[in-house]
Amino acid sequence: MAVKSYIDAIREAMDLALEKDNDVVIFGEDVGENGGVFRATDGLQAKYGEDRVFNTPLAESGIGGLAIGLTTQNYRPIMEIQFFGFVFEVMDSIAGQMARNRFRFNGTRQMPIVVRSPYGGGTKTPEMHADNLEGMVAQIPGIRVVMPANPADAKGLLLSSIESNDPVVFLENLHLYRSLKGEVPEGYYTTPLDTAAVAREGEDVSIISYGGGVPVALKAADALAKNGVSAEVLDLRTVSPLDIKSIGDTVTKTGRVVVVQEAQRMAGIGANVMGEISERFILSLKAPIGRVAAPDSVYPFGQAENDWMIKPDDVVAKVMEVVNYD
Amino acid sequence: MSDLTATNQQILDFQAQLEAQDTSFPMLSVLNNDGQIVDEEALKRADLSDEDLVNIIKRMLLSRQLDIRSTKLAKQGRFGFFAPTAGQEASQMASSYAFNDDDWLMPGYRDIPEIVVKGWPIWKAILWSRGHVLGNEFTTEEGKPVNAWMPQIIIGAQYVEAAGIALGLKKRNKDAVAYAYTGDGGTSQGDFYEGMNFAGAYKANAVFFAQNNGYAISTPRSLQTAATHLAAKGWAAGLPSIVVDGNDPIAVYLAAKEARAWATSGKGPVFIETLTDRLEPHSTAGDDPLRYRKQADIDAWWQKEPLIRMRKFMTEKGIWSEEQESAYIDEVNALIDEQIKIADKVDKQKISNFIKHTLEVPGQAMTEQISKFESEGK
Repeated sequence: MAVKSYIDAIREAMDLALEKDNDVVIFGEDVGENGGVFRATDGLQAKYGEDRVFNTPLAESGIGGLAIGLTTQNYRPIMEIQFFGFVFEVMDSIAGQMARNRFRFNGTRQMPIVVRSPYGGGTKTPEMHADNLEGMVAQIPGIRVVMPANPADAKGLLLSSIESNDPVVFLENLHLYRSLKGEVPEGYYTTPLDTAAVAREGEDVSIISYGGGVPVALKAADALAKNGVSAEVLDLRTVSPLDIKSIGDTVTKTGRVVVVQEAQRMAGIGANVMGEISERFILSLKAPIGRVAAPDSVYPFGQAENDWMIKPDDVVAKVMEVVNYD
Repeated sequence: MSDLTATNQQILDFQAQLEAQDTSFPMLSVLNNDGQIVDEEALKRADLSDEDLVNIIKRMLLSRQLDIRSTKLAKQGRFGFFAPTAGQEASQMASSYAFNDDDWLMPGYRDIPEIVVKGWPIWKAILWSRGHVLGNEFTTEEGKPVNAWMPQIIIGAQYVEAAGIALGLKKRNKDAVAYAYTGDGGTSQGDFYEGMNFAGAYKANAVFFAQNNGYAISTPRSLQTAATHLAAKGWAAGLPSIVVDGNDPIAVYLAAKEARAWATSGKGPVFIETLTDRLEPHSTAGDDPLRYRKQADIDAWWQKEPLIRMRKFMTEKGIWSEEQESAYIDEVNALIDEQIKIADKVDKQKISNFIKHTLEVPGQAMTEQISKFESEGK
């Protein structure tokens, strides 16, 4: 297997999807000749033509409407929202329309749309470019939210999302685009949706995270191992709907849990995970659930973001609290 | 100012620009309120046979009857939400007559009659109004797909979605268009502009209608925008944009027909503002128009409603009569009676089906809920 970056894996998935299925089309701001502002679609217009990969005017709601309308002509749209902070402009298309249409049509029409978008801080972007807004979309019935944490999953989960007849919000961690590399299987493969993965096995405590929180959790687990604490890391991969079974498996295995998210404490997915654990597996717990999240302020872009964002040390400290509880 | 070039002087003459807007959108008119043709050549260009004219007046009467019956049923609690349509029969039914089965209709919430004449059974429209999702299966009584979506509640969304359909039709080389309806209030929405702008940028197969009926619930047209004509907004997106007498069925049909021909020829979308009036309340949910407009104004518009002139014109032509009309109204009422009965007999909805239809592949917690509700027979 070749080692590839997270963004190369994403591009490869789109390339394979375009090759396999003529109904797949990709559009968004600057995705054509320019290949997207992060080059996620680099070379795809040249390879598949302007009919398959094309630019849109600068208007997110229009992009969402375009995707919904194209499904009526049996296209499988992959629409890019250039930064997920711009999602507010397209919330009606996502929450008010595509998520509700299958229900509205009594199951007679499908919405095979993938909304691709980068999120997450640490790259010194302007405001509204880095927020973790997954919690907001994860609360919408009728739509999946997928957040890969490594290159192999990014490719396989994107291909599964494109194959899915349900709409998927596919969130790509901006900081990981080029900084994270990993082995990526060759060719076309899918990774199952709604299925968490154990990113690292351990015995003493379960760190449950997703997306950009997973590399933070893995770094913390390395540090903890040096202190003699064996931490299991569960990567949720799909954050809505949740893989409750896998959460239960790791909770009952270790009896101690720390939930880690890049989003603010009041946002994100952590509370949903804690809710499921409290409702279903509370008697397996040997300690209260710990939580690592960003502070409940507006995202402070630029200078202060690295002070504000969660760090491996925060996870280590919280895990030690939970492990030492008796 | 004498040192400015003529061009620069023209550019800086803001007042002249406002006056140019005023005079740039004359109203297309073929059949006047007295039932007389004011442009014989335009009538020829509309190319409507006697049979077409009979079809159009029948559709307008169907719409009026649906309006009367739906309003009554809503008062009895047997129809859910209903947005009255009286006065807009030309804007709705003569425009939609220019489109065919392959075209895709994207309606607003007041556009139920256009969907019905496209083949959506009335009993499904009744179910839709009651919140029964069986109404939202867009097939004819015979099971043939109806190329329409349910009436859009979020005003403007139908415009951006129509742009997507229109682009898809163009990509698939279909001889068909997406046609979308909104009202004067809808033209203030961002999606209204985004939809026209996207369709325009792709030269996609779309025809956009704004039925300027004077009011968005209680807010008059004059407070929606400083634009003297809504049609001017289509120019901003580079679309041919026209104003039509929305109470003149022949002018509305002619405009729609020419717009469809333009849009299917690869030249891009067209925007049509139809000038009409909402003669009744905004909806059956307690709106009282006398809180925001004068009875005399409503009465004056009733004198201009489209059925009056269409009846006069067709009676004069010898192709319509009072007898024909009352026989047709009886026929429509019998149909509506039968359709209400069908709607009343439909099974109660199941909660388990709601969850099943939310995602094709449900999540784990959803699967648990489906089992629970199914075990309870819900």
